Amino acid sequence: MRGSLFESPAWCRVQCQRHCSQTPHKKEVPCVFGRPPQLPITKIIRLSAALLACHRRRSTPTAALSLPPRVCSLPPESLSCRLSTIYSWVRKTKLCSVDAAMATTKPRLSSFSRNLSAVSSSQTPGVKCGPNGTMFVSSGIADLDRYFEILGGGFPLGSLVMVMEDAEAPHHMLLLRNFMSQGLVHGQPLLYASPSKDPRGFLGTLPSPASLKHDKSRDRESEQEKGLRIAWQYKKYMGENQPNFDSHRVTHHYSGADNKQDYCNEFDFRKPLERHYFTRQRVNCVGIQHSKNLAALQEHCASFLAQHQRNDGSSALAGRIAIQSLCAPQCEHSNMDWEMLSFIKSLKGMVRSSNAVVVITFPPSLLSLSSTKRWQHMADTLLSVAAIPDEDKELAKLLSGYQDMVGLLNVQKVARLNTQVPLILEATTFSIKLQKRRFLVLECLNQAPVDGSSGSSYGTSGVFLQLSLTQKCYIEQLRMVSKEMDRAVYMKFGGGEKGRESGNNGKRSETREVSFQMSFTPIFWSVSVNGE
Amino acid sequence: MENQNLNLLDRALGLDGPSEPWPLSGRVVLIEDCVETSGSFVLHQLVKRSLSPTSSNVIIFVAFANPFSHYDRILRKLGCNLVTQRDNKRFIFFDMLMLRCPDVDEGKSSEGGLVLLYEKILKTICGLPGDKKDYVTIMIDDISLVEVAANGGSDYVLDFLHYCHALTSEFDCSLITLNHEDIYSSMERPTLILQMEYLADILIKAEPLSTGLATDVHGQLTVLNKGTSHRLGRSGNKIHNFHYKVKENTVEYFYPGSRV
Repeated sequence: MRGSLFESPAWCRVQCQRHCSQTPHKKEVPCVFGRPPQLPITKIIRLSAALLACHRRRSTPTAALSLPPRVCSLPPESLSCRLSTIYSWVRKTKLCSVDAAMATTKPRLSSFSRNLSAVSSSQTPGVKCGPNGTMFVSSGIADLDRYFEILGGGFPLGSLVMVMEDAEAPHHMLLLRNFMSQGLVHGQPLLYASPSKDPRGFLGTLPSPASLKHDKSRDRESEQEKGLRIAWQYKKYMGENQPNFDSHRVTHHYSGADNKQDYCNEFDFRKPLERHYFTRQRVNCVGIQHSKNLAALQEHCASFLAQHQRNDGSSALAGRIAIQSLCAPQCEHSNMDWEMLSFIKSLKGMVRSSNAVVVITFPPSLLSLSSTKRWQHMADTLLSVAAIPDEDKELAKLLSGYQDMVGLLNVQKVARLNTQVPLILEATTFSIKLQKRRFLVLECLNQAPVDGSSGSSYGTSGVFLQLSLTQKCYIEQLRMVSKEMDRAVYMKFGGGEKGRESGNNGKRSETREVSFQMSFTPIFWSVSVNGE
Repeated sequence: MENQNLNLLDRALGLDGPSEPWPLSGRVVLIEDCVETSGSFVLHQLVKRSLSPTSSNVIIFVAFANPFSHYDRILRKLGCNLVTQRDNKRFIFFDMLMLRCPDVDEGKSSEGGLVLLYEKILKTICGLPGDKKDYVTIMIDDISLVEVAANGGSDYVLDFLHYCHALTSEFDCSLITLNHEDIYSSMERPTLILQMEYLADILIKAEPLSTGLATDVHGQLTVLNKGTSHRLGRSGNKIHNFHYKVKENTVEYFYPGSRV
């Protein structure tokens, strides 16, 4: 018998008794139930005591109180324990972990949540409260919000998000589009700066929220599975993290009639955003190609952020700034390293005291290494995108769902405002997919079933992962990818120039390290992954 | 200090001795970190130790990276109320987030802003009451942003640091700075970081484990304590290396492999 989490203790007791009476021949009747989150601990103690008494009457040697995922069993001697001992035992076993699949359908209110205020999130659409006194806005991508659920679900207000572009593919534009559309849908003012000739024209490519009809027809199974996957990672932090982190697992999708009030919308890239969203008051577009330096852009940002100053306790509307390709070569300031750094520093200083989020994308291949590191340090949240080549047979063998993938997204750093605890999560690399060419989804990497027959020059497997990498920073990404797939990564320099081979040739796949002590920049790298 | 819970970092820094005189007075501490592992938790720990009730330290905190509210929240969880300390004049906060030295073509040079900053620090120290003047700690978070504020004039930043270093001998105050080591590792002539490492008496380096990041161990700390004029009379370099895990209320330090 397995009790559902949301049944009352009385129901559990009745079920247990019924089960016990139905199977009189069984010596051991393990009674399994999970702790309903709403129940206070005293009730759970009473329930457990009642269950133990029930088992004791039947002289069963063991009774098991199962708190998923752990199963703990009481030894027979302790059946006669006093209530306080049971209480301390139950306390010790860390009751905070919850069976994820059932929990996603109901909102949880933890008794420790100090910062959650339902009032504020309903007054200002699109803004959610989070731990440590921070407020969050959605990134526009549901999967990314869910990934950041542990933090509070989205980008914290007052933070600077940097996205490292891949010079080969414009996937950062997908992220930017979602971010901007989400803000406009929520009525949050937007400042957009771009090095293109007509920044305003970009607004025509913004996606519109998907219609409700499509929402319901989406695969719920995969949603819940994803929820499971993310919530499974909660397990590792339940014991250590503050309980107020798990008060935010509310799914805001499918919330009903008016999907504009959703915290995060599903965006359809085939449908452009309605024009009434980008009126002059709400959206300001700035071109940075022709200005001599960044002073004009700084002026714009300063005046924009001045309208969104954070005052204590006020629920002012959040603002969004999106700056695309800040160090693009067609801009005149692109070779003024210190000028750009100074601009970012002052922008960061201004945004910290305001209710806005700034997203800056930049191609790191155009900056010097030490400048790239400086930019990375200045970012609160750091993401990087990389392209995946089309029609790569070896990659198709390696990853499942390869045909739909357009790129990889790596989360390198997560904003830690008002706290010193770093956040290290299991999965940091996601594949970017465009479902039905319309919807942007991020998925954890899954390895495809490996073909048993292989015969390659590397002795163990002939699976190659070919990525054209030109930046040392992508090495980190590779490391993440190899970690996700739990495989060693071999690196080989192709292109005929330097046929050097480094890495752990011949070793088994326990090692995940790759040595990156290269001092030259390869033009083409091919990486082979050791499959079984 | 004796009745406090001392951790490995305190022992490595020499804070396990008597709290008077303050073991770090007259010394320069450099904290190095990188993108993967932030070293600001060491700074928070030092703030907490300096402001402990048994010591009579005054901290001058020059912040380029985060506003006061950020540190206030963090230190509150660590058990130290910065607002009260600020009111008691034990914690003096200089918010330099918006400092931008004037451009070269405006006539004034980039060093103008840093000279003013130094003068401000000096004035603050001189303005302290007599007994507090001997126990000042200057903390700078962080040096790479000082460089940005000086528009890349690392010479000016070095001058500024040298002047602050002179304060350590003049007033017996301690200087604690934070810098990002991976910014300079790719440069041909990383003058700034090399000079800072040379000046420093204690070098604390926070870096990830060689196998990458993990949830149980956030990284490793290497503490190099150069020559102390020990009460035992000995002096010599000591290197300590241990792992750490950062939590909201505390930081756990442990030797590699000893974590259960």
